[in-house]
Amino acid sequence: MLELIVISTLNGVLFGMLLFLLSSGLTVIFSMMGVLNFAHASFYMLGAFFGYQLTKWIGFWPALVLAPLLVGAVGMAVERYGLRNTHKHGHVAELLLTFGLAFAIEEIVSMIWGKSPMDYRIPAALDFPAFTVFSTNYPAYKIFMLVVSVAIFVALLIVLKRTRVGLIVQAALTHPSMVGHLGHNVGRVFMVVFGVGSALAGLAGVIAGPSLVTQSDMAGLLGPILFVVIVFGGLGSLPGAFIASLLIGLIQTFAVALNGSLASAFGPLDPSLGPSVLTDIWNVTIAQIAPILPYVLLVLILIFRPMGLLGTRET
Amino acid sequence: MSDAATTTSDMPKEQSGSSARFYSIWLIAAIALIVLPLIFSSGGSLTSFSLIGIAIIFALSYNILLGQTGLLSFGHAVHYGLGGFIAVHAMNAVANYNWPLPLPFIPLIGGIGGVAFAILVGWVMTKRAGTVFAMISLGIGELVASSSLILRSMFGGEAGITTDRTALPHMFGWTFGPQLQVYYLIAFWVMISAIAMYALTRTPLGRICNAVRDNPERVEFIGYDPHVVRYLAYGFAGFFAGIAGGLAAINFEIANSAYLGATQSGLVLFAAFIGGAAYFFGPILGAILVTYLQLGLTNLTTVWQLYFGIIFIGIVMFAPGGIAGLLMMHRPLIRAGSLGMVIPSYLMAAIPTLALALGVILSIETVARYTASEGEGNIINLLGIPFNATAPVTWIVAALLVVGGFLVARLTWRRVAEAWDRAATVARDRGYLA
Amino acid sequence: MRKIIMSAAVTLPFVFGVAHAQDSVKIGYIDPLSGGGASVGEGGLKTFQYLADELNAKGGILGHKVEIVPMDNKTNPQESLVQAQKAVDAGIHYITQGNGSSVGAALEDFVTKNNGRNPGKEVLYFNYAAVDPSMTNEKCSYWHFRWDANSDIKMEALTNYMKGEQSIKKVYLINQDYSFGQSVRTEARKMLAAKRPDIQIVGDELHPLLKITDFSPYIAKIKASGADSVVTGNWGQDIALLLKAAADAGLKVNWYTYYAGGAGGPTAIKQTGLDHQVFQITEGFPNSGNKAAMEFEKDFRAKVNLSLWYPRAVNEMRMFKAAAEKANSIDPVKVAAALEDMKFEVLDGGEGFMRKDDHQFFQPIYISSFGTMTDKDKEPFDEENTGWGWHLVSKIDTAQTMLPTTCNMKRP
Repeated sequence: MLELIVISTLNGVLFGMLLFLLSSGLTVIFSMMGVLNFAHASFYMLGAFFGYQLTKWIGFWPALVLAPLLVGAVGMAVERYGLRNTHKHGHVAELLLTFGLAFAIEEIVSMIWGKSPMDYRIPAALDFPAFTVFSTNYPAYKIFMLVVSVAIFVALLIVLKRTRVGLIVQAALTHPSMVGHLGHNVGRVFMVVFGVGSALAGLAGVIAGPSLVTQSDMAGLLGPILFVVIVFGGLGSLPGAFIASLLIGLIQTFAVALNGSLASAFGPLDPSLGPSVLTDIWNVTIAQIAPILPYVLLVLILIFRPMGLLGTRET
Repeated sequence: MSDAATTTSDMPKEQSGSSARFYSIWLIAAIALIVLPLIFSSGGSLTSFSLIGIAIIFALSYNILLGQTGLLSFGHAVHYGLGGFIAVHAMNAVANYNWPLPLPFIPLIGGIGGVAFAILVGWVMTKRAGTVFAMISLGIGELVASSSLILRSMFGGEAGITTDRTALPHMFGWTFGPQLQVYYLIAFWVMISAIAMYALTRTPLGRICNAVRDNPERVEFIGYDPHVVRYLAYGFAGFFAGIAGGLAAINFEIANSAYLGATQSGLVLFAAFIGGAAYFFGPILGAILVTYLQLGLTNLTTVWQLYFGIIFIGIVMFAPGGIAGLLMMHRPLIRAGSLGMVIPSYLMAAIPTLALALGVILSIETVARYTASEGEGNIINLLGIPFNATAPVTWIVAALLVVGGFLVARLTWRRVAEAWDRAATVARDRGYLA
Repeated sequence: MRKIIMSAAVTLPFVFGVAHAQDSVKIGYIDPLSGGGASVGEGGLKTFQYLADELNAKGGILGHKVEIVPMDNKTNPQESLVQAQKAVDAGIHYITQGNGSSVGAALEDFVTKNNGRNPGKEVLYFNYAAVDPSMTNEKCSYWHFRWDANSDIKMEALTNYMKGEQSIKKVYLINQDYSFGQSVRTEARKMLAAKRPDIQIVGDELHPLLKITDFSPYIAKIKASGADSVVTGNWGQDIALLLKAAADAGLKVNWYTYYAGGAGGPTAIKQTGLDHQVFQITEGFPNSGNKAAMEFEKDFRAKVNLSLWYPRAVNEMRMFKAAAEKANSIDPVKVAAALEDMKFEVLDGGEGFMRKDDHQFFQPIYISSFGTMTDKDKEPFDEENTGWGWHLVSKIDTAQTMLPTTCNMKRP
């Protein structure tokens, strides 16, 4: 049991940190620009595919730097030539733009790389078990992912709290028009923020690609859960996104690990009742409802605390 | 969005004339629905008409939220899907217990299913508008869609629940086996629902919905609770979405979890916005376009999803009012008689723009053949002209079309803008444009 | 080959149809070409296109060219029905599908209703991989033919083999949460309890279909349960990712699978170092030893750049041709009649037949294990450039695969 707890905690934290890499960019974009960027997970996918291709050409370590930069450039282009022109037509238009973009990116990726999973391997330098707990190997690569995520979190915090750029971004989060009045080029701030956000998603893709799966449908699998993370944590709050990411990562991992159901707690139902919704609910295990839990959390928090966990203003 | 809903009502001077014209529009629509399958009688067109009909009701119901009340929902398919499931269960029950309920009434049961769930969750959901509502709707949508895979006895898991529409009591000797009969059933409900939803926009409730969309604070000042108004609008939207779901269940004879899912919710949002949420008939156009693209594009190309994305990005960027907005822009010009001033520039712009589009299509297809689908062969048929995807000639033609088309098209677009300004000035001078 | 006529999009709104030459036999391939199942669907499409080319090179079927029409169903039953309806509307009389029994059940229901209501527009459903037993039992249809052994047959054979493996003590079941996965799980429990009552089932997991990106939580659970063997019917990315997560965590157990050979699976097995510890049950495999099959495999790999994953598709297409020739017609009603009780020499050798009672094809099936290759002459094929290949463990003859059916076939 202890073994399961330790391993699940590690896995949960890891998944949570991956979510954080993705959601950190998204939450800043969302709260500054009001754009629900549905294509954010597509940038994650782009990162994985760029990473795969560059690794093939120039090796993993250069790819780790270059691929996120490329994705960031794509993101900036999207902001500059797409979203900026659409901004005046309102948030729904912007949202639909990113919606269409997600469609297009998925197809472009599967056009270039096909629909089968890529053979994106863990770099040889990290392909060994880091340590063994209860006879389970913990791969060094996962530790590497963890370290990168934590480093990004720390770097982001420092940039946001300790630098001038960070101050402007923070101010733009809460008082966008005031920042404009003070003479800052809000347009350029938006572009850079969008680019950095996309690059972070790209980085998540590069490091998650070898460990999870690099395939043209990987965006769709992660997309909706990101919104849960940023709303749950509170819009514009990086620590909020951090906590929410970890929480959701842990909840999902632990829910899978648990076998309990109402039937196991209170004994099976009388079989004479026959199959009904009640028997379904009675027999479902916690592991089976794991995919639903984040949405339950989302609905609950929006009902009881619409500003999210650490949010400062109402969404 | 705000000015548009009032366009039809601010002409008291031509009240009687307009009401005659108003009824004739509905009459023409009804006749068109009856005659259509007689003109296009192939199985394929019947199938698409039926799907389009369902999509129209669904998109119109969505617009009660988005266009009328200003609520952006990401989970509207929940009501559509639940309506479908209730309808399927009702059909199976009717067939099993020999209840005297003919098939044409089933969509009503679907509607009741849709509204029941709306009443259940709507009160909490509509407390706030804006992003909070959008995110709650997303959460509820995912919640219901995922739960449907767990509550197997109700939703049938991945496989869904099937039914047989011909097993119900027949009406006027119609078995509803042939697609044509199903089409007429759908057409009938399309008319009823469209009229009902249009009437809804004319009621005081419809008006106060518009007010809640535009300025909820003022609505409170005049003594209405925006929350209640939103709740009511949500209920009506759920009802009509349920009708659409019931019709879908009749058409496909199956209801499964995909009915409730995010894809379905996304499509209806597309349809309403692309068509033009500001106008009542906008979502109808959008539903036709989206359904047609869904059915037609997949036959034409393997990379249909890319075109799907590009078309939507294009419409969002260049016609944010949707198709209806684009059409209605010309209304004052027609009235002022200055439409003739823009037509030549349109024609001039059409040629290079078309060339640009063809160039883009050719390059996409070339890349697609080159990379993904080896089994397809290398010959691309564009406008009946075969192109060899591996030949450099094709690449050059594609590049020329894209670059040349874009450069020339940009010049002509400028001309369009100038011509438009002139025509609009004329219209303004004649008092047809505010 | 599909023609693309862009002009139709402009000039013929509302009238869609797949462009076709008058006298070709078209087979609608309704399988996922986008979404989570796309990689599997794409592989199947390439296989069928190769097979169509093979038939066409030999003059097609009764002089008719064979054409595969790809139709994307996104692994979704409702979308499949739209595609099936489109196929009917385009004058297609044969559809083939394999991925997802939920889709299979919907299509079976569709052809039954369609063929009853629209005489003259009959459609035959050739099923090459949807193995939910109910499709040839309580839900059986005259218009449905299945070339893959159904799940119960496979489980019967698999448990017969496991019966003799005394080292198996604790078994973990992990399956996809839908009709097929549930049938695997219930049958495994039932048959293991009957054949090896001493085996303990230490876990019984159902997970969402094609939605999991990271299986490490499940692997941690398997590990914690102390299982020595895992039985799974997972397919597509669900088996590849499951094995990948097992490789990462270094989980060393024996795997009894239906589809471990799917894309990504062999790579993960090699990575874990599970030498001949992963077993798969199929109706044929590359190193089966049959000469004709191995020639076929060689040519297939050279042209398609994949290993042959669907020997049953080969049987399906070749048998279709034989049936059409027997009936001397490509009319689906006549072909259906000709297929009933038809005997056929399958790709990997041995005789199979299409049982009239339930339209289930019975054929020899094989249990093979994946690992190092000892005899390069007899077993020349490796998988995914791992240097490891499939090795014969056990062959079950046609006669021993026969299970009774509850099908009450309604004939037209």
